[in-house]
Amino acid sequence: MSGKVMVKGTEAIAEAAIRAGCRLYFGYPITPQSELPEYMARRMPEKEVNGVFLQAESEVAAVNMIYGAACTGKRSLTSTSSPGFSLMQESMSYLAGAELPAVFVNVVRGGPGLGDIQPAQCDYFQATKGGGHGDYRLLVYGPESLQEAVELTVKAFDKADKYRNPVLLLADGLLGQMMEPVEFPDFSNLEKLEKHSSWALQGTELERKAHKVTSFNIDPVGLEKMNLNLQKKYAEMEKNEKMYEEYMMDDAEVVIVSYGTIGRIAKSVAKMARNKGIKAGVFRPITLWPFPYAELAKWAKKETKLFFTVEMSAGQMIEDVRLAVEGRCPVKFYGRMGGMVPTPTEIFDKLMELV
Amino acid sequence: MTYTERYKGPKSLTPKEFTYCPGCHHGIIHRIVAEVIDELGVQGKTLMVAPVGCSVFSYEFFDVDGTVAPHGRAPAVATGMKRARPDRIVFTYQGDGDLAAIGTGEIIQAANRGEKITTIFVNNAIYGMTGGQMAPTTLVGMKTTTTPYGRNPANEGFPIHVSEVLKEITGVAFLARTKVSTPQDVNKTKQLIKKAFMAQINNVGFGLVEVLSTCPTNWGLTPVESLKWLEENMTKEFPLGVYVDKVGDIK
Repeated sequence: MSGKVMVKGTEAIAEAAIRAGCRLYFGYPITPQSELPEYMARRMPEKEVNGVFLQAESEVAAVNMIYGAACTGKRSLTSTSSPGFSLMQESMSYLAGAELPAVFVNVVRGGPGLGDIQPAQCDYFQATKGGGHGDYRLLVYGPESLQEAVELTVKAFDKADKYRNPVLLLADGLLGQMMEPVEFPDFSNLEKLEKHSSWALQGTELERKAHKVTSFNIDPVGLEKMNLNLQKKYAEMEKNEKMYEEYMMDDAEVVIVSYGTIGRIAKSVAKMARNKGIKAGVFRPITLWPFPYAELAKWAKKETKLFFTVEMSAGQMIEDVRLAVEGRCPVKFYGRMGGMVPTPTEIFDKLMELV
Repeated sequence: MTYTERYKGPKSLTPKEFTYCPGCHHGIIHRIVAEVIDELGVQGKTLMVAPVGCSVFSYEFFDVDGTVAPHGRAPAVATGMKRARPDRIVFTYQGDGDLAAIGTGEIIQAANRGEKITTIFVNNAIYGMTGGQMAPTTLVGMKTTTTPYGRNPANEGFPIHVSEVLKEITGVAFLARTKVSTPQDVNKTKQLIKKAFMAQINNVGFGLVEVLSTCPTNWGLTPVESLKWLEENMTKEFPLGVYVDKVGDIK
């Protein structure tokens, strides 16, 4: 650890990736995350890093460069924003199918279509339910602060290696563009990183059988078997990787459920509510997949008057909240769209209407 | 007469039987690529990228580390591999649908970066795997399942000339169009493929060999008729030759 430094969100994630041992970045510029590739373009060639930065011709090419780099077993990163992440979906499915480790950052902006360049959370469905074809899952983290984003970036690389699976950091435009003091971890020892030599494409050196990495199997019996193995792995991830934060939840009668920067704003709202005598708390999922269903369901008891989901979307995560609550308590929603960020007062006013 | 030596297949091919149709040229092209890898002594450090199409199975036929790229994206996948492991030899094996339709962007950009990879481009003017639809290289007037009245330039445009397009790109170090219709052609093509690999090994730049090939099944011709059709039609539309050579003489 080297003390706190003031950085921008996209740059914090970039530096964290380098600290985690990522030496391969492929990406295509798109607002509001272009500072991330720009940072990598400066940083990767530096002597202490000695990595690769390559600006791809499209997000489609970038994600396939990641596919190729991941085939060699090395840590690689790409970052994009919503329309760009849509373009990557075909190959996300290939990466998941071929069980390749790689880390993705989606700094979400307002949609649909070209939308705008302001913060949003409208890509939750795409991130957590699979934007590409086939039965696959990504491990998805939704950080609320830059420090958490740094820590989750490092974790993302570790988990990608552990599960041989793509991992997604779902950040909204607020997180990408804000500045905060951050403490970075030390540089990882590259020699000690997982080499993946049991499966990766590194050349046989005529000493072993050739490795084949693919999501392809023309035989349905074989392909079902491959799918069953994937599902087994996803079940393992569901068992081990759930993360969430509970804030002032001990005696809460109103549970505000939010993630990312809105999860952070929700904490102010809970405080405002408590000042008015309403026992509010915040349940903040940190892993959006696997979603902490059971942990949230625990609060669906008779003392709880209301689950209040707040998102910068038309209501996407609320479907998972309802799945957790299973009709035992009322679940209400407040959201803004199109890049509009709700203020704490606005959310508080809505909450007061509901209680 | 006694035989002292039997023909042995190249080490860089697996014993797996090809899945290609009788009279298709993929088998010949696979063999000479594998022979080149053997002769260059790089089997142990070669990584290959198969496409989507008939040669999707090629990753199983080459006895080197390999993967299958999403349709058309092999040059981007190969770029990621080569940038991650510049000490490896990386090649893509792609058909005309994969490279010249859905993957046009990736091949041009990889060539333009002078990516140190080699591409074997097999052009048979038709989609094989999906059952004989029009390819970007389908000849004018040629009947396919999606041009049942013949390719009409007013509607479908003209066949794309990949080698002629790529020859204008500075990052290209070696580029040739060839065929494997006769034993002489096969020998010549092998030398051209070797040069395309040397462009990578000597760090000169991007190398591509376009091989005109048959598709008797989807052309609706016998293997022998297909050879004749290739000679009479394809070589006129797609002139053979070395388009770029910055590699120089090799031994």
